[in-house]
Amino acid sequence: MMDRYSKLQMVGIYAALAVFLTFILLPFFEMFMASLRPLEHLFRSPYQFWSDDFSFQAYKDMWVTVPLLGRYIFNSIFIATSVTLITMFFVVPAAYAYARLQFPFKNITLGIFLGVNMFTGAVLLIPLYRVLRTMGLLNTYWAMIVPGVAFLIPTGIWLLRSYLEKIPRELEEAAFVDGASRMYTLRRVVLPLAVPGLIVVSVAVFIGAYAQQFLFAITFNQTRELQPLPAGLFEFIGYQSVTWNEMMAAALVGVLPVMLIFLFLQKYLVAGLTAGAVKE
Amino acid sequence: MAELSAQASQPAADARSRSMSEGLFGWLLVAPAMIFIAVIVAWPLAETIRLSFMEAGLGGEKFVGLENYEDLADSRKFHQTVVRTFYWMFLSVGIKLVMGLIGATLLNAAVPGRALFRVLVMPPWVIPMAIGCIGWLWLYNGYFGVLSGVMMKLGITDGPFEFLAYKSSAFYSAVVTDVWVGTPMVTLFFLAAMQGVSRDLYEAAWVDGAGRWYRFRRITIPQIMPVIVSMALLSAIFTFNSFEIIWILTEGGPRGATTTLIIDTYKVAIGNYKFGEGAARAVIIVVLLAAFSLIYLFFLNKINKRYGVK
Repeated sequence: MMDRYSKLQMVGIYAALAVFLTFILLPFFEMFMASLRPLEHLFRSPYQFWSDDFSFQAYKDMWVTVPLLGRYIFNSIFIATSVTLITMFFVVPAAYAYARLQFPFKNITLGIFLGVNMFTGAVLLIPLYRVLRTMGLLNTYWAMIVPGVAFLIPTGIWLLRSYLEKIPRELEEAAFVDGASRMYTLRRVVLPLAVPGLIVVSVAVFIGAYAQQFLFAITFNQTRELQPLPAGLFEFIGYQSVTWNEMMAAALVGVLPVMLIFLFLQKYLVAGLTAGAVKE
Repeated sequence: MAELSAQASQPAADARSRSMSEGLFGWLLVAPAMIFIAVIVAWPLAETIRLSFMEAGLGGEKFVGLENYEDLADSRKFHQTVVRTFYWMFLSVGIKLVMGLIGATLLNAAVPGRALFRVLVMPPWVIPMAIGCIGWLWLYNGYFGVLSGVMMKLGITDGPFEFLAYKSSAFYSAVVTDVWVGTPMVTLFFLAAMQGVSRDLYEAAWVDGAGRWYRFRRITIPQIMPVIVSMALLSAIFTFNSFEIIWILTEGGPRGATTTLIIDTYKVAIGNYKFGEGAARAVIIVVLLAAFSLIYLFFLNKINKRYGVK
């Protein structure tokens, strides 16, 4: 058949996949290996691939070296969750409007939203710093939540809109003909049907919110207790010595929550995210 | 909201809310997001433009007209930064697209275990960039990183090689890390596009005796062209604006070798509190990106016409 490969072709495909995946996974593997080595062993040169004193000691010690580590991980999750909830509050009605309704300046305003994607936070940092200072939000959780929301709204609208467009229009029309109000139709007919899409977009926003914290945290927040993990990790540097093994351990533990969420939902997530890009 | 959610059979509530026109309702739904973006993005953008005509710092502001821009126009260092940024973008995006195509083709091949491989490609995309970069920081270390270690074992270098210590190796190391961060998303979108291509096309070509390479070139590539071009633009914007990777690996060094426009802007504005000069750089970034996008979209239109895509 068309899809059958010869033995040689199979070997070629697996070899190429192995190279590709090695590139992708190498840093994780190296981080894990580094986390297992005792500190004095880490700096042993020349490089040794294997050593017999591997241990999980760093996973215990890291909580002592950086006492706020647990707090940093909590902060990361707390900030990402808040950003997700607030973003969805703005995204859901707007995405519905762009998917279904006709209103003046619809295409222009959608274009403006997508244009926001062109500026990352870095371009707007200076005035954003001042806006947040004026609002008295610097050095609070809000300093990291508010900019995070702004830069995820466009992506959220884009993703949810393409999902909502796939829901059959007839159901809404039937509800409307039966005399339901527009808001009622949205709340009681459209949203329940859109739950899978809402989950996919929420998870995508969460991952985005978890990923983008570094820049906002190092620029808008000086309060140590409020730092998210990506910024807090750098506390392992700057003590008397750099405890690399504990830093690697903390990094791996810190990404565990998102990795677990991703693993559970990856099938839906991948399908949902790419739906907008692929037109049938 | 509460009174609007009243049962549909209550005529009084209906009459009121149904009389609301579609246009008004649409605006009502879009307005909250619009206002939020206006305050957090549009207003700061306007502020940036205003500040770019000022000499501004922690002390205060003074109008200086075009002086900030004139300084940049005269600065050879800044010209180099602009060229470096575009080189960084084209190189990195080019590699990402090629890697994405190869990766998607491999993951699309009907071989046992592909469901697992598809999951294994995703981690760099899912985790915070800053954390992935810490892994690369370690890999690039000359004394205890595996890359330098392997190179020594193979006899490519005599001693430890610090990837991030030399101008050219630091730049290309940053490119590799950026490719690492960006490739999974590109791969994923290409894969989804490939799965959307109708099997009938392949079967027809197969019956006619077309080989795999021919089918890839003449069916797969044209069919997924719209996704390739949109990913290229998206990826170019991300890469142009990429901050964290370079900041964590090198902070723009050594001796400016990895300083892109974003890094330069950040250093001037946030590092040295020269808000006016930083703002002028930010405006130039926005103008360059907008110009690039428009030129790109112009050519995109032509390509789409050639491939007969709407």
